[in-house]
Amino acid sequence: MSKTVEVRIKRQDSPKSPAYWAEFAVAYEEGMNVISLLQAIRRDPKDKSGKTVAPVTWESSCLEEVCGACTMVINGQVRQACTALVDKLEQPVKLEPMSKFPVERDLRVNRQRIFDNLKKINAWVEVDGYHDLGPGPRQNPDDQTTTYKLSECMSCGCCMEVCPQFTDINDFIGAAVLGQARLFNMHPTGAMQMPARLDKVTGPGGIQDCGLAQQCVKACPKHIPLVETIGALQRDITLTQVLGALKK
Amino acid sequence: MSDKRVLIVGGGLAGLAAAMKACELGLEVDIFSMVHVKRSHSVCAQGGINGAVNTKGEGDSPYIHFVDTIKGGDFLADQPPVLSMCEAAPAVINMMDRLGVTFNRTPEGLLDFRRFGGTLHHRTAFAGASTGQQLLYSLDEQVRRWEAEGKVRKFENWEFTRLILDKDGKAVGIVAQDLSTMEFKSFPGFAVVLATGGPGLMFGKTTNSTINFGSATAAAYKQGVWYGNPEMVQIHPTGIPGSDKLRLISESARGEGGRVWVPRNKGDKRPWNEIPPAERYYFLEERYPLYGNLVPRDIASREIALICTKEGLGIGGRNAVYLDLTHRSEEYLLKKLGAILDIYEKFRGVDPKKVPMEIYPAYHYSMGGLYAGYETDETGRLLKNSPANQMTNIPGVYAIGEADHQYHGANRLGANSLMSCIFAGLVCGESVAALAANSKTAPAESSLLEKECKHEEEAYKKLLAQDGPENPFVIHKELGDAMSAFCLIERHNDELKQLQGMIDGFEARLKKASSLDKSGSGNMSAVFLRQLDGMITMAKAVVDAALLRDECRGAHSKPAFDNPAPSKETPIEDPAWTAYYEKFLAQTQTWLKTTVAKHDPSKSHPTIEYKEVDTRHLSPEPRDYTGVGKKAWKKFMDKRKAAEAKA
Ligand SMILES: Cc1cc2nc3c(=O)[nH]c(=O)nc-3n(C[C@H](O)[C@H](O)[C@H](O)COP(=O)(O)OP(=O)(O)OC[C@H]3O[C@@H](n4cnc5c(N)ncnc54)[C@H](O)[C@@H]3O)c2cc1C
Ligand code: SF4
Ligand code: SF4
Ligand code: FES
Repeated sequence: MSKTVEVRIKRQDSPKSPAYWAEFAVAYEEGMNVISLLQAIRRDPKDKSGKTVAPVTWESSCLEEVCGACTMVINGQVRQACTALVDKLEQPVKLEPMSKFPVERDLRVNRQRIFDNLKKINAWVEVDGYHDLGPGPRQNPDDQTTTYKLSECMSCGCCMEVCPQFTDINDFIGAAVLGQARLFNMHPTGAMQMPARLDKVTGPGGIQDCGLAQQCVKACPKHIPLVETIGALQRDITLTQVLGALKK
Repeated sequence: MSDKRVLIVGGGLAGLAAAMKACELGLEVDIFSMVHVKRSHSVCAQGGINGAVNTKGEGDSPYIHFVDTIKGGDFLADQPPVLSMCEAAPAVINMMDRLGVTFNRTPEGLLDFRRFGGTLHHRTAFAGASTGQQLLYSLDEQVRRWEAEGKVRKFENWEFTRLILDKDGKAVGIVAQDLSTMEFKSFPGFAVVLATGGPGLMFGKTTNSTINFGSATAAAYKQGVWYGNPEMVQIHPTGIPGSDKLRLISESARGEGGRVWVPRNKGDKRPWNEIPPAERYYFLEERYPLYGNLVPRDIASREIALICTKEGLGIGGRNAVYLDLTHRSEEYLLKKLGAILDIYEKFRGVDPKKVPMEIYPAYHYSMGGLYAGYETDETGRLLKNSPANQMTNIPGVYAIGEADHQYHGANRLGANSLMSCIFAGLVCGESVAALAANSKTAPAESSLLEKECKHEEEAYKKLLAQDGPENPFVIHKELGDAMSAFCLIERHNDELKQLQGMIDGFEARLKKASSLDKSGSGNMSAVFLRQLDGMITMAKAVVDAALLRDECRGAHSKPAFDNPAPSKETPIEDPAWTAYYEKFLAQTQTWLKTTVAKHDPSKSHPTIEYKEVDTRHLSPEPRDYTGVGKKAWKKFMDKRKAAEAKA
């Protein structure tokens, strides 16, 4: 009588050990998402055959699709587990860790590379200080619509997971980080630091590694117009180069 | 230079603000966080951040913001830090704007502001409907800038487990555990800043993130840091029931015109759109004509809960009421509330632009926290650059953000938390810099660092080896259900006593729980034993303090001790007003005190003491959100003063 949800999870006990598949049957509840499946498993950590196993490790924080932590590959598609509603998933629900980042345990991966890349491209506004310097520069509300969108990027890595150019043997910085470069170029103060930022964006692993395969934009849960953004960044680069040449 | 290193535990708004300020002032910082700091709980904040910038020509001012905050908190907050915060708020918002926060703009390109609960002014700056995320990102970027300069080291995916105190009881470092390799390490530092957020998970399913264990707070508390006002926890009136979490619809939904209603007739089974306007009961608007749907959170939550549980008017007899935005145009809603309405649709599969949302109150926020102190100047404001600001009772240990007890008294106003987090962070940056300048403490001896690290390793080994029949995640669920049922919306002493017994039971069962996982890598279960122990420790403080406080104040509602105001139709001359005010003054005398919970290792329950509240700027008065009674209070006080003058 009681409905169950079939779940297959690609597990890995430690960063170096081999991956293996485990199967679970979880009692169905209305409104379940992948997170509540994993929570149910740890409250009764037995696999489908009834054998007691270690609870599955995964990463999560906000459960509202604003932190990016719970990203994993669900039924072959990279997305956030907290917005993956069981009612809308085919069964068995297949869960895998992201493949472009090193696995630490089960569904948890190490995405430090994203943050290192943000550091690489000066993804910030260089202000004079944190004391009271009065109001910031005025900004066109239309620009805000664009910058807000870019700024919703939660460093989840979906765009990198699907990008053919982003691999563990190269150092391509990925679409999200390029989007952040664009964001800071658009800020009135950030724009003053554009040349230094663009230097980094065109450095090793930079924008030239993007093959314009356009996979990233389809995968972004925040619907950030990544391809358009990469185009705009290209224009920034050309313009800066032309201006630089004129000054010489 | 390592003697100038400050250890900041927590990378939410508060921790990151402290880190960037400390770096600006020449210090070096180690930041610890259970997740990448960019994934901290602060990202959840939707609605906005308060500051009386007064760009709408409404005559708003920092002082009015101060008055709203103090009154909103039912006078339980010490006033000097709150005054300083409200005065600094406009500059903090300007700073965040300069850092690149994508705040919404007016047509003239200025910051836009909206109205939030508990105020009559447009005082809340916002960035779409993910203001917390946007603020956090800008601070994260600044800290990354310092990281690139080599001033900051980040330890992300690490859990703080213990303070290292020298023989004089002063903080000289911490122990933390790498949650991937499970290894422990000691870190020396001349000051420790606890910016570890709220302890919401003791209430089970809440609006909080999955990392809000409060385990850092519990660890510090067990080592002697006091905990202020544990019983003061806030319920959010508009939670969305969910299987893993109670997501919320921000107060801004009401700010943008959202109307709360239930069918006027009990048992009305018709779908919402078949109920004619006259048969819809807009109970907040009818009961609170001045503030309407924007009454403070505690009042809204109680009204919503009671209209379902006591009056039986919930939708279809369930614990749910409508929050209705359908009278607003879709375009307007998309522009103002896009992201949060998305959340509702994503998790409930219904479009709130077309169909009213269903909501019910949920645990949301802790006003209480680690007891943070302050020093004042002669005007009763925070003394600038005092090392005492935000310092706890343990020298060198600071508390900021939701983890401190300081800014919100018995109830927090919407959009005041983000401000208090950033403000306290900036203040704390200055405090630790001042401490570094004056500190003569010797750096921690390596033998002490080793000993404390060993202590934590041993404790963890024991947890790992635990192999009893109980499942800690099951115990947690039961703890959360019990706390939510008996210690949230309304409190009754008999139920609280019962709850105390239940918590003792959970504690006993925890000793018989299994770590479930023996692995030495990414082990979430063994550490959960420690986290759950922390939740149980803090739950005791919450429940014990709630049991003792025999009154209603702010979010703490104990109906048996209520002192309800006479109805707004009662004439001013009616003696009911005098009786009400006499009781109010007596209650103030007894209970206008900060609860201080102290851990006593020799007892299984906390020692609870009380401290006077610093009310030097504004005398307590009854809260009045009905718009009447103001005159009655003045008359009463005039008479009283005259009598006192005579005597
Ligand atoms: C859904 C929601 C909406 C909200 N909306 C608003 C709003 O509109 N306006 C408003 O003013 N407030 C709002 N709030 C409240 C506000 O978001 C929080 O109070 C605030 O963000 C807390 O920030 P913080 O810096 O204190 O802590 P957090 O952001 O919670 O960060 C805590 C940090 O501590 C770390 N940490 C915790 N324990 C440990 C440990 N043991 N070891 C190492 N690191 C640890 C975490 O990893 C994290 O980095 C909202 C809250 C919720 C839940
Ligand atoms: S356009 Fe293609 S190559 Fe470029 S970042 Fe996107 S997915 Fe990768
Ligand atoms: S751009 Fe989109 S997919 Fe890529 S990290 Fe940001 S939010 Fe994720
Ligand atoms: S937990 Fe934050 S995005 Fe899913």
